[in-house]
Amino acid sequence: MINFDYIRPSTAKAAVDARTKKAASQFIAGGTNLVDLMKRGVTAPESLIDINGLPLKQITADAKGILIGALALNSDVAEHALIKSKYPLLAMALNAGASAQLRNMATMGGNMMQRTRCTYFYDTTMPCNKRQPGSGCGALKGYNRMHAVFGASEKCIAVHPSDMCVALAALDATVHISGPKADRKILFSDFHRLPGDTPELDNNLQKGELITGIHIPANSFNKNHYLKIRDRASYAFALVSVAVALETNGNTIKNARLAMGGVAHKPWRLVKTEQWLAGKQLTKETFTAAATMAMEGAAGFGYNDFKIKMGKAAVTEALQQAAL
Amino acid sequence: MELTDNNKGRRDFLKKSTALAAGAFASPVLVKAAENDERIAALFEKIPLQLQVNGKAYQLSTEPRVTLLDLLREQLHLTGTKKGCDHGQCGACTVHVDGKRINSCLSLAVMNNGKKITTIEGLADGDKLHPMQEAFIKHDGFQCGYCTPGQIMSAVACIKEGHAGSAEEIREYMSGNICRCGAYPNIVDAVMEVKKGGKAL
Repeated sequence: MINFDYIRPSTAKAAVDARTKKAASQFIAGGTNLVDLMKRGVTAPESLIDINGLPLKQITADAKGILIGALALNSDVAEHALIKSKYPLLAMALNAGASAQLRNMATMGGNMMQRTRCTYFYDTTMPCNKRQPGSGCGALKGYNRMHAVFGASEKCIAVHPSDMCVALAALDATVHISGPKADRKILFSDFHRLPGDTPELDNNLQKGELITGIHIPANSFNKNHYLKIRDRASYAFALVSVAVALETNGNTIKNARLAMGGVAHKPWRLVKTEQWLAGKQLTKETFTAAATMAMEGAAGFGYNDFKIKMGKAAVTEALQQAAL
Repeated sequence: MELTDNNKGRRDFLKKSTALAAGAFASPVLVKAAENDERIAALFEKIPLQLQVNGKAYQLSTEPRVTLLDLLREQLHLTGTKKGCDHGQCGACTVHVDGKRINSCLSLAVMNNGKKITTIEGLADGDKLHPMQEAFIKHDGFQCGYCTPGQIMSAVACIKEGHAGSAEEIREYMSGNICRCGAYPNIVDAVMEVKKGGKAL
């Protein structure tokens, strides 16, 4: 690993200042992705700004929902009584990600900032527009079994690897951000980007900006399920995952939230299908029709064509499991 | 401490040698090179670090790029913690930091300043093995043994966290520890026995 300067600010302002002033700097929190990328030479920051000393670990309920500090650990959030009772979809998604050891290190903000696990991105001998803009996409005509079926571009067909983010997109979360000029909030669904012509940008954070927390609005979803399909029973990235949250009255769906993981460069919200589901009955026919609608427009790149069929089956199954 | 002195020596050497070169020739290129050398010297600066490892306090210093795993093995010579994949995929490097199990290969040592670390060397009480170590021997929870320190550290945490309620739950919460010999059924048996024994771990 190439060596770097290391600083440990104690306030968000000092962290943002340092990040703004030092050109090739990065924040480090849990480090589970960043240290790995630095070991492999995918990234080589000149300065690391360790933000673990910032007071951003709290989980606090308010009248409108719950605010989770950006440095709260994935394991602590998954085990939190209020998260388990009021936002079980998030707890399920968190527990589906990584391993117990990694969840003890990984933070909420860091999970959002993790890079794709596209093997062409990781392999520095291969072309990758995300790692080295203009070098080409090795996956487009390569071994693209893990890659996107929605929202991809000629420049990049990578997927966002997070499970947590899929649940947060479904739950209409808002991201709280501190910046050099001002603090701001953006909708979780608007945080990550599609690759377009600038796949080097994973998200819409501006230079120097720091995630300070995630707010999830209170909800009435009484049926929740996170389904993750992967190559082994545990501890693997999703081939396809589905987050479902339903508010039902008897057998009728009043309100639905649906998002997929492993299929796009960002958590893939299925707003049209959600709207269609409102007012429908909890039946196998409803779930199959919703799944067909969810996968409209999906396109594979050869080795990942199976994800289209798998995606439809996964949405059907996730809705069915949620409805139980 | 000897290493720190060496480092200082190196930095002084860089300063002196570049100042000499710049003074002798005064070429803009060499002056620029001198500035670069100064930056390189700064990068190799060691950072002081306090750790408590297996109950013993240490005052250390390290480059920021050194992982907790490498520091434990190479500075403290605690080689019980194994380097497997070195990328957080195998769990061989599992240690406890402030009571939580983590992958020490993905944690920079400097990020653990002031923390309490427990490694496999810290589990036994003198010659008396920890109940989890006893159970791994009894149930033959290993063949080659390379993953075993990580498995045992993870297993102790798995029970403490309350995630050892059934064989299925143990398999899920032990999934961060890979055993290429395939001793999984015996590892699950060992964890279940310690859980049922109900001893404080």
